[in-house]
Amino acid sequence: MPLLNFLKPKNELETGGRSQAPVQQDAGEPEKKCPNCHKDIPISKLWADDLVCACGYHFRMKARHRIHLITDKDSFCEMYSELRSGNPLDFPGYMEKLETVQVSSGENEAVVCGTAEIGGQKCCIFVMDSYFMMGSMGSVVGERITSLFEYAAENRLPVVGFTVSGGARMQEGLLSLMQMAKTSAAVKRHSDAGLLYVAVLTDPTTGGVTASFAMEADIILAEPGATVGFAGARVIEQTTKKTLPKGFQTSEFVQEHGFIDRIVKRSDQKKLITDLLKIHNGG
Amino acid sequence: MSEKAYERVKLARDNQRPTGVDYIRNIFRSFIELHGDRRYGDDTAIVGGIGRLNDIPVTVIAIEKGHTAKERSARNFGAPHPEGYRKALRLMKQAEKFGRPIICFIDTSGAYCGVGAEERGQGQAIAENLLEMSTLCVPIISLLVGEGGSGGALALAVADRVWMMQNSVYSVISPEGCASILWKDSELAEKAAASLKLTAEDAKTLGVVERILSEKDMGTKAFYERIRAMLCEELEELSKDPELVGKRYDRFRRIGTKVEA
Ligand SMILES: [Zn+2]
Repeated sequence: MPLLNFLKPKNELETGGRSQAPVQQDAGEPEKKCPNCHKDIPISKLWADDLVCACGYHFRMKARHRIHLITDKDSFCEMYSELRSGNPLDFPGYMEKLETVQVSSGENEAVVCGTAEIGGQKCCIFVMDSYFMMGSMGSVVGERITSLFEYAAENRLPVVGFTVSGGARMQEGLLSLMQMAKTSAAVKRHSDAGLLYVAVLTDPTTGGVTASFAMEADIILAEPGATVGFAGARVIEQTTKKTLPKGFQTSEFVQEHGFIDRIVKRSDQKKLITDLLKIHNGG
Repeated sequence: MSEKAYERVKLARDNQRPTGVDYIRNIFRSFIELHGDRRYGDDTAIVGGIGRLNDIPVTVIAIEKGHTAKERSARNFGAPHPEGYRKALRLMKQAEKFGRPIICFIDTSGAYCGVGAEERGQGQAIAENLLEMSTLCVPIISLLVGEGGSGGALALAVADRVWMMQNSVYSVISPEGCASILWKDSELAEKAAASLKLTAEDAKTLGVVERILSEKDMGTKAFYERIRAMLCEELEELSKDPELVGKRYDRFRRIGTKVEA
């Protein structure tokens, strides 16, 4: 996961202003190849463009980086970071995997939650991190998201959520599966309180997260070209023994089929989310 | 130990086990099947309708696998499409409107993985069921009678009570899928089955299900009568509980809260 290498530690992302966006750390990797147009992009250029290639390809972005990009300066206040995964099923190799990933990702779990202001609008925000076990949902992810929706309902705040996930975390077995029901019930309570939930689906949003809170927002946005689906493309190919249509399970595909509201470029997200928050807050 | 868990998986998949339709026929009186999701089509993998449990009108929904090769193919091997989950939700909302309790029988290797299923929003269909079932104001009892395959099973199991047949399984992923993703070797399915803690006993220990039902005399009149009696007894209790929806919330809320701080 080479993108990781040029990210600075989280505090600088949290406290730095937009103009002081973190710069690449890895001197050994001055350029990055775009998987879409195959051009080499200088890292500094990629950073300046919020990890978007000139061709429009959106690279994956770590949770803290996204929070830095979307929330107002110094407004993010993290919650529930004390919750850590154990190994409730004694699943072979899980503890070791968690420890490795905690070091490599710089996060202690696959979602970062808190309160923030976006364009001066107060909200609750969660941002998942693909660098932490591909954003898989175990007990901690479920617990943090559920707690956030409960907090938002109590405090009458909207929720903005960025999803990225390979699905439920199999190392926590049924406990992971149940997080789908748990988070959904919390989303429902928040919704029944008349409060707004905006989801932004980023690459990839699949499996149990698609089949729960990603698809339960009032307004569902997605980044261009993101993989959005339920079953994995490889599994579908194996099951059906058919080649998949071009563009299958992309943001554009799910928009065409009526399952998301809008595709929005990274550079337009803050403005659009601000507008949506304002409109739902009396104008 | 690992062999044991995988043996359970094989038993749960055995096509001689009673299927959803067998349970419906033998437990409920005068079942009337109701078809279609009113949006796209009628999914043959899910059977739903109205019946009587002794004298209580109930809505019954079952994932049906079929027994013979022909039946199984006609039922898409019990792998529902989005329209199946939407039919189920339509019937559940109808049950709520008319104050009928809901009873679900679950037996699926999972929601269908296919192009059409994705085009019609498999993830969205499951998500909507999870969302809506959490606040339906009628009692819901779900029974896992064979395989409880991941989100495709959970989409009918956001219930007040979830029971498992002794040799049914409930899992976030199939042991074969888990072994192939984690260890790149589907032959390690036995190890995966044991690691996933997917047996009825495991699920009960994890607080995911309330009750394990004996398979003694499975398929006989006595067997179905026993289940009918249990359902009646449980529904009687649930029906007079004014805190039903709140307790359903708490039932799922407490799962996976014991995380290390
Ligand atoms: Zn490019």
